Amino acid sequence: MRNPELTFAVVDHIVATSPGRNDSTNPAGRPFIEAWRKNCADFGITNFDLDDSRQGIVHVIAPELGIDLPGCTLVCGDSHTSSNGAVGALAWGIGASEVEHVLATQTVVQHKPKRMRILFTGRLTPGVSAKDIILHAIGKLGTAAGRGHVVEYGGPAIAALAMDGRLTVCNMSIEMGARAGLIAPDDVTFDYLAHTEFAPKGPTWDAAVKQWRTLSSDDGAVFEREEEIDCSALKPQITWGTSPQDVIAVDESIPNPAREADAARKTAMERALSYIGLAPGAPLIGTKIDYAFIGSCTNGRLADLEAAARIARGRKVAPGVRALVVPGSMQIRRAAEHAGLDRIFIDAGFEWHSAGCSMCVAANGEIVAPGKRCISTSNRNFENRQGPGSRTHLASPESVVAAAVTGAIADVRTLLG
Amino acid sequence: MEKFNILTGTAAPMMDDNINTDAIIPTAWIVNVGSDWGRGLFGNWRRGRDGKDLPDFVLNRPKYRDCRILVAGRNFACGSSREEAVWALLGFGIRCVIAPSFGDIFFDSAFKNGLLPVVLPVDRVKQIAASVDAGEQSEMTVDLVRCSLTAPDGTAIAFTVDETRRAPLLQGRDDIDRTLALVSQIEAFQSADKTRRPWIYRS
Ligand code: SF4
Repeated sequence: MRNPELTFAVVDHIVATSPGRNDSTNPAGRPFIEAWRKNCADFGITNFDLDDSRQGIVHVIAPELGIDLPGCTLVCGDSHTSSNGAVGALAWGIGASEVEHVLATQTVVQHKPKRMRILFTGRLTPGVSAKDIILHAIGKLGTAAGRGHVVEYGGPAIAALAMDGRLTVCNMSIEMGARAGLIAPDDVTFDYLAHTEFAPKGPTWDAAVKQWRTLSSDDGAVFEREEEIDCSALKPQITWGTSPQDVIAVDESIPNPAREADAARKTAMERALSYIGLAPGAPLIGTKIDYAFIGSCTNGRLADLEAAARIARGRKVAPGVRALVVPGSMQIRRAAEHAGLDRIFIDAGFEWHSAGCSMCVAANGEIVAPGKRCISTSNRNFENRQGPGSRTHLASPESVVAAAVTGAIADVRTLLG
Repeated sequence: MEKFNILTGTAAPMMDDNINTDAIIPTAWIVNVGSDWGRGLFGNWRRGRDGKDLPDFVLNRPKYRDCRILVAGRNFACGSSREEAVWALLGFGIRCVIAPSFGDIFFDSAFKNGLLPVVLPVDRVKQIAASVDAGEQSEMTVDLVRCSLTAPDGTAIAFTVDETRRAPLLQGRDDIDRTLALVSQIEAFQSADKTRRPWIYRS
């Protein structure tokens, strides 16, 4: 191993998130945890173990601990590493062979990506958040739009987002086919990173910020592809099918494959509707749900929990719905408890978990039962993603709470006080 | 890594667009089943919940059971970075996937494991799939030495592969050794960068 001091490890996918968890709570995860712990010790890698106060989902803790810094190159064997571009890092997911190469050489051989920029204009209205911005963009541009590109997100709607929202946007770059997403670092970024554990301190911090201010794209920068999306009339977005591009505004009706001209797209739509158990032309609002999941590297941050709690306060999860809140990290869990959010969720009938990936990928035993419907703040609505036969609708934390308390897919804007 | 020169074998068509890596190797197979990756290939599509093979799934049809080549739709293997998707295809016996486009991470991982992804225009891929589907036999040849393939109907089709990816695959050469030969340049970069950006380095 070339640079163990520049390498970090954490357990997230396969850990149980139930209260009082240990190595064996998810029995299938135990051999992975044991091998991981031994490898970290043998090679001198800093690891955030199950009982570490900093444990959490890798893409949540990297920025939160200041491991992820503007201008740094950051890779991880997980596609949502793209999240980390929100601080102005060049960050992307790699396969296991490339991970091995990085560990051995501290380098990674890349073909230069193409450049794409999406400018988001306008101002978000109440009930609409960063998740809706990125879901809408994927719905509009498709799951292959970013292939071969690094995408820079910019414009007033992005500049107005706090860091948690920016991380949500960059997170789903991969659902647009891009390996990496980027947002130019600014004062929002620097305020967020100041005082994080691994960020530089004192004079080194000052020197770093000075250099980081130079990292935004030049005015005349050329992009192979440019898009502009107006967010001023954006409504809460939700997926109806089994691809992240199957997106509509929550009050629209489900698209009809019969009206689709492209044959391959038509087949995919028919298959998606049959899997998800919905009829073309029907409204999505009112569709009964069985599970509501708030968490993941897309929407498991403090701002997400705060937004969810604002809707949950004083309401009750509908009978028959299992609703989970799984914070993205133990730091976030503690901050949320400090702010009393756990009480709001528990009083409303949500389960309050420890940090991990949980139902986003169903690798830790926390799954959606076959044929059941889940509204989820995660990033993938693929067939079987949340468990064999699971049906997933992706939406924002606010929209997930709206559905949880209604018992069916709902427009959160009708619940705003 | 096993080298790739000339491959002759049966091809199977799976022309859906956006077949993702969760479908190629479902999470449950990665977590619970151990490392017989080939058995997990398309686990949820190949087998019913009772574990029995579904006869209609393309790779369960007698004609395609021993296939070595997959002819696929757009954006094949998008989604998760799980390299198990490559290992599952290889474990099943598939060493080449022909598609109009691939997920970026899978595309890189494939080359590092001796699996050749061939990119062709969508009409060409459809033509190959039709020819694979048509006859009793669906054998074809993929020649990385000449960068040419022969469809089951005998049509020869040229393809291109970036030389930096093709050469290691032809020789079955390991990337890490190649990079480690440049270690003095890596050291020089790191020490210059440490002066310029000390905050990146923790020591
Ligand atoms: S939360 Fe979901 S998408 Fe994020 S790293 Fe975990 S499994 Fe992957």
